[in-house]
Amino acid sequence: MTKLTSLTIKEALDGLKKKEFTATELTEAHIKASEAAQHLNCYITETYDHARAQAKESDARYAKGEAKLLDGVPIAMKDLYCTEGIRTTAGSKILENFKPPYESTVSGNMFRDGAIMLGKANLDEFAMGSSNTTSAYGNVINPWQRKGDNKPLVPGGSSGGSAAAVAARIAMGATGTDTGGSIRQPAAFCGITGIKPTYGRCSRFGIIAFASSLDQAGPFARTVEDCALLLQSMAGYDPKDSTSVNRPVPEYFKSVGQSVKGLKVGVPKEYRVDGANPEITALWDKGVEMMKAAGAEIVDVSLPHTKYALQTYYVIAPAECSSNLARYDGVRFGLRVEGGNLNDTYEATRAAGFGKEVKRRILIGTYVLSAGYYDAYYNKARRVRKLIWQDFINAYEKCDVLLTPTAPTPAFAIGENEQDPVTMYLNDIFTVPASMAGMPGISLPVGLSGDGLPLGLQLLGRPFDEETVFKAASALEKAASFTHLPQSLMNKAA
Amino acid sequence: MSIDINTVRKVAKLARIRTTDADAEVLTGELNNILAMIGQLNEVKTDGIEPMTSVIEMNLPERADEVTDGGIPEKILANAPEKAAGFFVVPKVVE
Repeated sequence: MTKLTSLTIKEALDGLKKKEFTATELTEAHIKASEAAQHLNCYITETYDHARAQAKESDARYAKGEAKLLDGVPIAMKDLYCTEGIRTTAGSKILENFKPPYESTVSGNMFRDGAIMLGKANLDEFAMGSSNTTSAYGNVINPWQRKGDNKPLVPGGSSGGSAAAVAARIAMGATGTDTGGSIRQPAAFCGITGIKPTYGRCSRFGIIAFASSLDQAGPFARTVEDCALLLQSMAGYDPKDSTSVNRPVPEYFKSVGQSVKGLKVGVPKEYRVDGANPEITALWDKGVEMMKAAGAEIVDVSLPHTKYALQTYYVIAPAECSSNLARYDGVRFGLRVEGGNLNDTYEATRAAGFGKEVKRRILIGTYVLSAGYYDAYYNKARRVRKLIWQDFINAYEKCDVLLTPTAPTPAFAIGENEQDPVTMYLNDIFTVPASMAGMPGISLPVGLSGDGLPLGLQLLGRPFDEETVFKAASALEKAASFTHLPQSLMNKAA
Repeated sequence: MSIDINTVRKVAKLARIRTTDADAEVLTGELNNILAMIGQLNEVKTDGIEPMTSVIEMNLPERADEVTDGGIPEKILANAPEKAAGFFVVPKVVE
């Protein structure tokens, strides 16, 4: 059974087509693995019976020769995606008993293509966090540990449950969302691959909103090719999301394995920050050499406003969040705490239902949007955002993709970086700029730190040029040939 | 620019989040740290730069102004904390 959970999605689809095993067997193997890994707390809600029913339907389609793109592939669904009739919490107490009466477009696309949902994956509350420690449903434990140290580590965030599930081989792939790095940073921390596509590539309909001008859906998997297959299913125009872009979805998997000869890989000097972790810098240099050896041309580029991206993010994202989260008022859905009058009810409900980080962001957002500060903070940040975007456009005149580190450190222990919110925010310094500019970005594991933790590199591309991102990523993946396993799995094998 | 505890209380009121004095005090320190970080944006020259609303260079699409959905009151009310006779129930608003 161990074998079925170590397959890639591509291998599983081939095996299912050749009738080497059934979707039900594949699903049962993953349910068994999930039960054995319960201490990682990857799921807020397990949906095993739902998965079994989906597997049965999938097997029927295989029997009839009508299998779809992802038919029979067991995945984890970030609990930010509304799933019809299945509890969707956003990691918040305020939605503890919320059962959406409709399906998000992206999850619907994946079910249309035969994917099987094992559970709703844990996350930072309303996707606000970089360590999964703001979830109202407990921390997620990273399946990786430091050498000779069994301190539990964070999986990154906000899509921490999704990333940990894929790394622990309890799901073959997973969905995430990325607002400032919430797919790429956990992918790096958990030694797997994750892509945030271009803003507008996947529909946001039915994904619980955090910062609407930044939120974007994307997949996690253990290979670049698997990510390409998942994104193929997730992407596409949706009239229900007015920022969804109406252009055809290319066959992304065809980009995987293509030659990068002559591809121009930009290396932005501003990502070489003072006091950087030397292991991360060394890995980045190694990545540059790998791309060069694969035939790419390395180009030095400059993104001069990089150092202001995080500041811009912490105006715009909280501003949008304060507006989006105004809907949680205890009237139409979610928690209600009764007060003496309607205002008291609102205040008591929101005080009890939101966690500390969500409250902080709502307050920052309310402040920067309030009379007298709107121009000084909010409009200022929107102007700087334009400059950040322009930096990328200028850089892409000289190169086809950018190569950078994904995160400034490897995974840290639960409880670290909690002394001050700003310390935690610094985790996203390398991922936030592309979010502000809406550019696609993938993170993949390229090496290990001295204490045995995975380290990731990030490749960023032009808007709607995910194909080049996949092409470059598959070349880097091949050169890095990262085959290390989390300690939890090695112990099991031993 | 830094904010005092009264501003924090006022903002919490605007955001409809009840805040105890102890919470407000902790929040004042935390929010000031965040605002100090955000304040670095003042170093950037932005004269003549238009504020960016969306990274997508397109006009928002419009559809015909017609009813496309509806007739599902039971679905709309399914998650309501309190409901009666097809309505959401809230505490008395008008005296």
